[in-house]
Amino acid sequence: MRYAETGFNLEIDLSRGSIERVETDPRLMELYFGGLGTNAKILWDRVPPEVEPFSPDNLLIFSTGLLCGTPAIGANRTIVSTLSPQTLLMAYSMMGGFFAPELKYAGYDKVIIRGKSPNLVYLWINNDKVEIRDASHLQGKGASETAELILQELKEPKAQVAAIGLAGENRVYMASIEHGRSSASRLGIGAVMGDKGIKAIAVRGTKDIDIARPDEFIELCNEVLEYIKARDDNPIPGVMPILAGLGSPQEMKIHDEKWHTTSFMWGNARTRRRDFWTEEIEEKWREIQESVRTRLISCYNCPMKCGAIISIPGISTYMMKCYSKLTYTMAAYSDLDFGFKIAQRATEYGVDGFSTPQAMAFALELYEAGILTDQDMPGMPSDTEGRFYWLLDRIVRREGIGDMLANGTYWAAQKIGKGAEEYAHNNIKKHEQLPLKLGMLNPVYFLMYCTGEKINITQIEGQFPQEPFPTREEREAFVKDWIQVPDEKFKQYFLDWEPRGEHSNPYYPTVQMSCEIVDWMEMMHYIDDALGMCAGLSSFPLKPPYHIHNYPAFISSATGIDIDEAGLSQVAKRNRTLVRAVNIRRGMRREDEKPPEDHWKKRFPELEEKLLDEYYKFKGWNTEGIPTKESLHELALDYVSEDFIKRGILRDTETIPTKATSKEKEKKEGGGSGP
Amino acid sequence: MKGEKVKKIIKTINIDVDKCNGCRACELICSAFHAQPKYSSNNPGRSRIRVIRDPLRDVYVPVYAGEYTPAECTGRDKYTIDGKEYEECAFCRASCPSRDVFKEPDSGLPLKCDMCESDPPLEEPMCVQWCLNDALTYEEREEEVEEEVEQEELEIGLEALADKFGLDKIVDTIVRMSESKKA
Repeated sequence: MRYAETGFNLEIDLSRGSIERVETDPRLMELYFGGLGTNAKILWDRVPPEVEPFSPDNLLIFSTGLLCGTPAIGANRTIVSTLSPQTLLMAYSMMGGFFAPELKYAGYDKVIIRGKSPNLVYLWINNDKVEIRDASHLQGKGASETAELILQELKEPKAQVAAIGLAGENRVYMASIEHGRSSASRLGIGAVMGDKGIKAIAVRGTKDIDIARPDEFIELCNEVLEYIKARDDNPIPGVMPILAGLGSPQEMKIHDEKWHTTSFMWGNARTRRRDFWTEEIEEKWREIQESVRTRLISCYNCPMKCGAIISIPGISTYMMKCYSKLTYTMAAYSDLDFGFKIAQRATEYGVDGFSTPQAMAFALELYEAGILTDQDMPGMPSDTEGRFYWLLDRIVRREGIGDMLANGTYWAAQKIGKGAEEYAHNNIKKHEQLPLKLGMLNPVYFLMYCTGEKINITQIEGQFPQEPFPTREEREAFVKDWIQVPDEKFKQYFLDWEPRGEHSNPYYPTVQMSCEIVDWMEMMHYIDDALGMCAGLSSFPLKPPYHIHNYPAFISSATGIDIDEAGLSQVAKRNRTLVRAVNIRRGMRREDEKPPEDHWKKRFPELEEKLLDEYYKFKGWNTEGIPTKESLHELALDYVSEDFIKRGILRDTETIPTKATSKEKEKKEGGGSGP
Repeated sequence: MKGEKVKKIIKTINIDVDKCNGCRACELICSAFHAQPKYSSNNPGRSRIRVIRDPLRDVYVPVYAGEYTPAECTGRDKYTIDGKEYEECAFCRASCPSRDVFKEPDSGLPLKCDMCESDPPLEEPMCVQWCLNDALTYEEREEEVEEEVEQEELEIGLEALADKFGLDKIVDTIVRMSESKKA
């Protein structure tokens, strides 16, 4: 009997049109839990580093997390893993919603897709009955349009659908996979789905998910519900409203966007508008938001309302979440009204709301600088909003200049040349980042930006406040009920952290403290991503209901395996190391681990070197960021070190830093052409 | 026959569809509560509450399973409220042959909400406890009813059965049922 998980994966080979239901090894759950952990294991085992993202041998894995489909509140994430066409490294984007639980109820932990279909198809998973169906009639359709059509066609309104839009079909590097109010957007996984010729996956399940020790488990769930209620009544004082509560930042509920609009950059991550937020704007934006927002909505089994139904007269109703209402608005120096409108089209096309507006703002900067000319932009309207629509339409169709922009700012700049590289200034590992430019280096954030395998800050940060609180009294009040800390020392680190003076950035938190803080935050994200738990109830917000002290009981009572805090942290470390190993084998090295040059105005090269050195050491990696043989052995990842040694990435007897081989380098620089 | 006044507890779940966030926690916890042993599994397919969801049309309606009926209605109802169209039979609680809701997915046996009857009794049904957005709230009130009314109902019911099966068969069955209860 398998508990919490189903014990079965669905293996689909699109080239051969074959479908298999494969039982999994129960030992894998003990070692990696599930979700991102087992995805990384599959990618390591089955996708050698020679494989290109758009190869039939690349896998596209839709995975549930270990706790998805159990009563654990908020465990509803689908973890999609593949190789990214943009970074050429591993991509693991995730989405909330209803897909993962439905897949569990249908009897599967994962859908693993390999090969390529000659024609556009969609998958229909109805419990034991699985079909590959023709999708030629869905070609060119929007993502949510596709979902609607499939539900009608199947006469199954209770099925859940994940679909790509035009962007995915055209292998746009910023193509997302859309599912209701949720999407797996980052790193171009929608492009891989389109490359495989798969328009959508529909799933319906009506089977049981079993729990090993039900009474204990449900008690823990009830405690979480109680905590959420209490936390809702007691927002954290002193932090901006969108971060005071639980959930992902409450952008649909709250209209106060002073923090984002005055701290984040507008345009191509360029201009800070400190005076933007006025009473007049606040009133106008409140009105706009309330007039288009029909209802606040949730993901499966979660009381938080991080999403919303958006209905604008004359435009199809769509669903939105989090920060995307501002990404287009701010990239275009426009208004919230514009942001809500263009996001509808972008959602149907299925594009990442972070990278896409940046690629468009980048193009307009190049145009203003004369690097792109009227010849490159024939017929482009004269107003910025009109230009954004014009560019969006061309990117998702890969038409004209859109073909280059569709590969993201890094690859587009390489191709455009003429100094365009200078304008692709906000990338890490070739991937667009939050439009944030700050003054003083923050050592904790430096490490997270450099070394995060997700290449996206919001998937690493969380538990430790982003900045020091102004007064000691406020800090003392904060640590009073800070039960989530893995160790009391973190309270002291926070108490002593001052906005100015000796105990402030960049030398405080110290290098050692910074390593420990990052390690804790990262650990929580890796646990969540293996369990399918939403970061919004766990690793992302301050003082969340799930933490290192109650997770062991959750996992033990759900699965029947007995795990304590040390065991849990070991699994998180194993998963984190394995994802890194996949990337190391694909050529990632220390030189790739750097924030955008202009992220902080005040940089400290010596300190930064030391931070990386110590962090690598802390993690058991050598000075190139490669996990050592000894540390891999401790994590029962000897198969990784054997492979590293065979490939010359590690040497057998020592752990001397090894540079990426010239072949790996070539591959890193060479890829990235459109279809 | 004059009935006496008796007190009866009326249990009501108030459903505020405007507050529903569509998370379906009610479906999940309902099926977990009714699992054997309790909470040992869950499966919204077995739930006695169902959220009719159509996000793009802003339709969110929690509906509870009511009586089983062996016959289909002759007509189907379709509601339009505030310009929103609801699916056929959307508000009906019956487990009936015309649709697959409120039936065990494997056996097809009908499901019915029992307000989480248990010993000791719960303060509130589990769906209400797990709905933090207060789309579902619970209240009990006492009402005085005349027993006679129930007596009348019983007679109407028995008459219908007698028409169908004959009075003798009904009597035989009642005798057999009461004997097997004693044993």
